[in-house]
Order: sequence, then structure tokens, then C-alpha cells
Amino acid sequence: MALMEGVASPQAYLQSRSRWRPVEIAFWLATLLPYLLFPNYLSLASQIAITALFALSLDLILGYAGIVSLGHAAFFGIGAYTAGLLSKYGWGEPFSGLVAAAVMASLVGYATSFIIARFRHLALIMLTMGFGLLLAELANSAGWLTGGVDGLQGVSMWPLFGYLHFDLFGRAAYGYSLAVLFIVFLFARRLINSPFGLALRGIRENAVRMPAIGAASRTHIRTIYTIAAAIAGVAGALLAQTTETASLETLGFQRSADVLVMLVLGGAGRLYGGLIGAAIFMVARDQFSGIAPQYWYFWIGVLLVVVVVLLPNGVLGGLAKLTARWGPR
Amino acid sequence: MSGPALSTRRLAKSFGSLIVARDIELSLPVGARYALIGPNGAGKTTLINLMTGMLSPNAGQIFLGDDDITGLEPQARVRRGLARTFQINTLFPGLNALEAVTLAVAERRGISGQFWKNVAEHREAIEEAYEILAKLRLGDSCYQVTRELPYGRQRLLEIALALATRPKVLLLDEPAAGVPQEESGDIFEAVASLSGDLTLLFIEHDMHVVFRFATHIIVLVGGGIFKEGTPAEIANDPGVREVYLGTRKHG
Repeated sequence: MALMEGVASPQAYLQSRSRWRPVEIAFWLATLLPYLLFPNYLSLASQIAITALFALSLDLILGYAGIVSLGHAAFFGIGAYTAGLLSKYGWGEPFSGLVAAAVMASLVGYATSFIIARFRHLALIMLTMGFGLLLAELANSAGWLTGGVDGLQGVSMWPLFGYLHFDLFGRAAYGYSLAVLFIVFLFARRLINSPFGLALRGIRENAVRMPAIGAASRTHIRTIYTIAAAIAGVAGALLAQTTETASLETLGFQRSADVLVMLVLGGAGRLYGGLIGAAIFMVARDQFSGIAPQYWYFWIGVLLVVVVVLLPNGVLGGLAKLTARWGPR
Repeated sequence: MSGPALSTRRLAKSFGSLIVARDIELSLPVGARYALIGPNGAGKTTLINLMTGMLSPNAGQIFLGDDDITGLEPQARVRRGLARTFQINTLFPGLNALEAVTLAVAERRGISGQFWKNVAEHREAIEEAYEILAKLRLGDSCYQVTRELPYGRQRLLEIALALATRPKVLLLDEPAAGVPQEESGDIFEAVASLSGDLTLLFIEHDMHVVFRFATHIIVLVGGGIFKEGTPAEIANDPGVREVYLGTRKHG
């Protein structure tokens, strides 16, 4: 079994594919820049980190397993209300709030995954959207619990580690959100480089072939759907904790649609696509809404059309193409 | 020798009024190399789809060894040792050959649910995948993404994926479909070099290839078995000549 000269062994080759690249390290170092360069925008930075986490969770199901969801905010909202309610009724410790949110969201994710795993394409979009709408209206009607349209009042978080308070400027909030994003990202990165991650890519690349190699595709889909739900729940919990409220908007269709847009902008199936997309989307919203508050979705529309037409694999896909052409291979 | 590796009993399937499989009874002994031939529309691919569970029959049974597998899902049949390849490439375009075959090996080994361990840590699975690729002479292009592989190599990858499931019975649906004639020999050489324990059934239109590689031939016409026998018997059968060989030449 001689390999060509200068080519790595199969194992070393697969190992090298999961190695940290310098650009990744640079990316994570850059996430600390807001503390130095934009100290007045730390609240926005925190929102971006939270949204990025949410987009990452969607990327795991959409970008890796090919499950298109238009109701992913359901899990974000469940996480937000879980953490919010926990705090409102007397337990304001942030980290355990995240865990509780993850558990609640994953339970709902697991329960619905049995239906999700049976469908694909348009039926799946409609199903996920249906679940999302259903949950949003449930939350709306259960005003005694959720606070209805007024949102959840009386959320009060305990300080991080017992002494670090969430302040108005978002210093603690950004550090907290960013740290959670990074830890979950490490988990997601490990996951996509695992045998399970390979199986997910198999489902995305050719769902028809999977049963013909003896693959348990439905089990895989149920697993990743549950994991993605848990991560979305954590993102929702972060939002509730750092803003000390939870609103119906966290569950809304708009949020599901927005996160899909972010992933498409950044590039699905690349792990960083959701993070980049979230940053672009949130900064654009912040800037455009300063210019014309009512019409800022016009610009998001423009951005979406331009990116989809010119860069079908998102901003990251476009960058990858450029580096492949000019950079060293 | 014990019973057949794969057999069917009165297998039937129709789409509305169109009968695509009528009372098919076949029995493949362990290690046999069967060719399935017949004019276009005879129901050859349908028969493979029925046996692998991609279609469910209206009546009849399918046995893998002594086990009735008629009610099993496709992936369960694969895990019991019944694999197939596809006439039209059904590969993983964005994975390279090593990843694709490693995926199939990982599924068979039951490690594909592991999300906490790097795939590179599964040394044995990777080596097994590479060995399969090397045996089919795909070793030197195993890092190339599937969609960029030359077509002939994609056809070999079809077989590699099926082999990674360690089948007892392998059903090959026109393994050399679309490959230029001078290359199709390579693909069948690769098929012929597979282990003697493996029971093979292949669909092929090129009669030279059929007579060269098959130990047994089944002629399918209009969804039913028209004739079954050794290559010599089939070649000299006047009925077969009339319905198949004598008419238009295929392939």
C-alpha cells in the first residue's frame, strides 16, 4: 500500500484536517477587540455573540445535516424563558440557568425530532415553522407565566461567580456571552470532526446513499436536532440573563427567519459562517437603523440578494474561493 | 455447502397495471457470480430495488441466508450483509474518497454516533477504509473530493462504498455504466478480484463482459425470469436469442 511520495498517511491526513489554522486563532483573538476599540458598543457585541451562538446551532442542523428550519427560534425562546423564569422565581445563578435552559430546549428538541427526522425539504420547512408558530402562540396565551406581550418582568440575575455584576455597559455581559460562545464552539468543532460529524455531512451530501451503506440516518438526525436545540436554548438563556428580560419576540418567526438569513450571508456548513453572518447582520442592523429606522430591512434585503447572487456559499465561501485561487494550497 | 446466500420466493411488484416483477424465484448459492440480463425495461433495477428494500413488494419474500428480510428497512438489510451499488452514481460529492469510505466503515463498526472523539483517532477504521480503496486502485486519489474524481474512478468508489459494509451478497447495478468500453474491463477485473466468499449479482448489457465474468446468467423479460442457466446454456438457447440477443444489441 505505498502512497505517493510526500503525501500524508490517511490517518495523519484526517488529523490535519481538524488542526487549528492561524486564521482561526486570529479570529478568536479579534473577538476581544471590542474591549479596546469599541468600549461603547459592548452591549451590541454581547448581542452579536449571543446571535452568533444561535446561528451556530442552526448551522449544525442546516449546514451539516441539511435540515432547513424556519422555526429554530422556538428553542431560543424556550431557553430564554427557562432562564428568565428560573431567575424570576428565585434562582438567579447564571451558569445553572444556562444548563436548565439547555435541558429544557433539548427535551422539546428531542420530542419533536421524531417527526422532524421523517421529513425533508419543503415539508420540513413547513413543519419547523408550524412548531415555531405553535409555541409562540402558546407563550402568548400563557400570559400568567410568560408576561405575554409585555414580556417577562422581574428577572434579576445574581453576579457571575458571585461578584461580577452585569452592568449597563455590557462589560461583563460581553465577556460572559463570548466565553459561552467559545466553549460551545469548541464542542461544535469537536463534533463536526468526529465520526458523527462525518455521518452528518454524509446525510447532507447524499441522503439517498446513506441507507445503502447501512447508516442510521434518522438516529443521527434526531441526535443533532436535539443538540442544536440545546445550543439554541443556551443562546436564548444568555439573552434573557444579560438583558434581564424575555419577550415573545425571542420565540417569533422573525427571529427564525433572521438567523437563517445570517447563516446564508456568512456561509452554511463552515462553522464560522454563522458567526460571521451574525456579526454582519447585527452591525448592519445597528448602522442601517440609525439611518432609516423603519426601512432597515430594505438594506438587509439588498445584502441578501447581492450575497446570494455573487457568493452562493456566503461570505466565507467567497473568501475560501479567493484563497484557493491566490493563496498557497 | 449450506443454503443459498440470497433467495426470493414468488416476488411480485406492479405499478398500477404495469407489472415490473412477476413471481420471481431465484436462489444465489454462496460465492456465485450471477449476471442479470434482459432488454431495457425488463425490471432488472427494480429487482435490485426490491431485494435491497428500496421498493416494497406486493407479494413474495426475500431471504438472506435463512432469514426472511422482506420487512426490514434498507439499512437493516445492509447491516446484515446485503449491499448494492447504483447504476447512476449515488456518491457523496463533497466528501473525498477516504472520508466517504471511512464513513461507511464507521457506520458498520457502530461508531458513527460518536461525537466526542476525532475521527482521526479511529485508526483501524481509517486503515480499513484505505485498504479497500487501495484494493480498487483508488489509493492515490483518495484525498480528492468525489465530484472532481474522473468518472471511471467514481464508478470504482461506488463499489468501494458497498464493500465497506462487508457484504455477504453484493448487487451491482451496471457497475461500468457510462464507462468507455476499454475501461470497463478494469472495473470488472476489480469486481472479479473480490473475495470468493462474496456472492455477486450484476446487471450488465455488454455480452462479452457477461460471458467472461458470470458463472450463471438470469434472463429477465417483462418482469419475469425468462431463462436461467450457465453462460453456455444461455448462449445456445434459441428462445433467449430471439427475445434478447437476436434483437437489438444493447450497451
